[in-house]
Amino acid sequence: MAQASGMVEKQGMGIWLTHVFMILGVLVIFFPIWLAFVASTVTQADIIRPPMPVWPGDQFFINYRNAIFSGVNVPVGTMLINSLIMAVGIAVGKIIISLLSAFAIVYFRFPGRQTFFWMIFITLMLPVEVRIVPTFEVVAGFGMLNSYSGLIFPLIASATATFLFRQFFLTIPDELAEAARVDGARPMRFFIDIVVPMSRTNIAALFVILFIYGWNQYLWPLLITTDPEMNTIVMGIKQMFPSGDDFAHWPTIMATSILAMIPPVIVVVSMQKLFVRGLVDSEK
Amino acid sequence: MEKRVLFKGWILPLVLIAPQVLISAVFFFYPAAQAIWQSLFIPDPFGLSSKFVGLGNFEFLLGDPFYRASFVTTAVFSILVTLCSMIPALFLAVIADRLIKGSGVYRTMLIWPYAVAPAVAGVLWLFMFNTRVGVVSWYLGRLGYDWNHVLNGGEAMGLVVIASAWGRISYNFLFFFAALQSVPRSVIEAAAIDGAQFWRRFFTIVLPLITPTAFFLLVVNVVYAFFETFGVIHTITAGGPQQSTTILVYKVFSDGFVGQDLGSSSAQSVILLVVVGLLTVIQFKYIEKRVHY
Repeated sequence: MAQASGMVEKQGMGIWLTHVFMILGVLVIFFPIWLAFVASTVTQADIIRPPMPVWPGDQFFINYRNAIFSGVNVPVGTMLINSLIMAVGIAVGKIIISLLSAFAIVYFRFPGRQTFFWMIFITLMLPVEVRIVPTFEVVAGFGMLNSYSGLIFPLIASATATFLFRQFFLTIPDELAEAARVDGARPMRFFIDIVVPMSRTNIAALFVILFIYGWNQYLWPLLITTDPEMNTIVMGIKQMFPSGDDFAHWPTIMATSILAMIPPVIVVVSMQKLFVRGLVDSEK
Repeated sequence: MEKRVLFKGWILPLVLIAPQVLISAVFFFYPAAQAIWQSLFIPDPFGLSSKFVGLGNFEFLLGDPFYRASFVTTAVFSILVTLCSMIPALFLAVIADRLIKGSGVYRTMLIWPYAVAPAVAGVLWLFMFNTRVGVVSWYLGRLGYDWNHVLNGGEAMGLVVIASAWGRISYNFLFFFAALQSVPRSVIEAAAIDGAQFWRRFFTIVLPLITPTAFFLLVVNVVYAFFETFGVIHTITAGGPQQSTTILVYKVFSDGFVGQDLGSSSAQSVILLVVVGLLTVIQFKYIEKRVHY
């Protein structure tokens, strides 16, 4: 495809103009991130006398050390660990329960199969934002406020992953299951030895998507983590702003913002192919 | 589509499906049912008892000027976010599609904002437009424009729209780029040989071919603007000034958790449920069409 696209007018000024537009576009899109990075490397005094500098200063290590080890309410290091546990918990939890239920739905006929299928189907698109008050009450009733399980479980009740796996399992040739059955393999053997290894690309792609979904959660952690020690980094940034008329400590806040975007950006950029594939698949 | 080869037994599959069914029941169906149930009551101010009011909460909401204003705000917000994220994305994708070399590098750079959480995006844009230290607001001030989104509702709306659309440009770009790459080159070349210029080719051949993608993105972006922009609004404006950026999801939160008006908040949840349901139906109808396409 790439070579073929060269056939139509690709010579002369046009191509340079195209690059210029592209670079301009990238610069505009990138500007907010660059500015945040610059703000995380200068002093508070540099920022509160606008305009702030456009090139990084020499306070990089001081600001980041200050953010990670002391922060404002709670060290950012603690929030990073909380976010990591939450994001990995949601991704792994969702993948495991959906692999199991998709396997059951595709490879078995059992009473209530249709009902369960529709039960899962309905959860497909209802975001937690819509049912926050009652979900909050359920979680509070279980005593799961300020806990990792309270952060994780309500967010794995969704069916996207189950549907993705179901679609994929339907494409696994029947001969494989037939051979396994003839060999007398138990269903779980077949699941562990054949189905899971064959799904590894889908699992990886889903992991990328779900990790970012979990990492970037805001409203749910905001409601259920009243203890600063349990704050996640994405919701914790807002808590760093002073409530009164004081100046926010921008270098620390911006260092925290940069730290909050590094893990998902690394995941997205390093697994770009998987990510794009996962994105396109899970939206189908 | 069904499998022909099946395993026997019904206890094992029930065990396998149990975790998902259990979690869905406890954290999805029960709360959703609760929301519907609570929407029929008005709790007394001390939370000791509640009075059954039937559809009273809904009647009140639909007659409430603040709620109706929130509907309008949500509509304006969603349309603007969708336009501001799709048009630049399409433009960038068309340019990237023209490049043989280097489009991978640009793509990598353009993906970044997608990974940035809406709440963090809110903080970044708030910083740029901050009335006291913001770089952009400072330069606007030098140009004689007094930017103040804390007091000016229109400017507040503009800011939350840009901050929400920013990360979505990356997302839309990826889909548009993939769609453009799959447009058959032979068709474009035939048109080029016939003497059609680039933009003419774009509007008469390429654009119709990528309409399915565009329509898909339209629905997905509206859903995003409705439900996933809470973080942006909470960090930048907290719904203000004078509720000018209070979208429906934000109102569920502020009435339920800040105002402690559970009946109204639940009724709002139910209305949103219906909205989500409608959007899902549209999405599925469309996806079915796309499969046949």
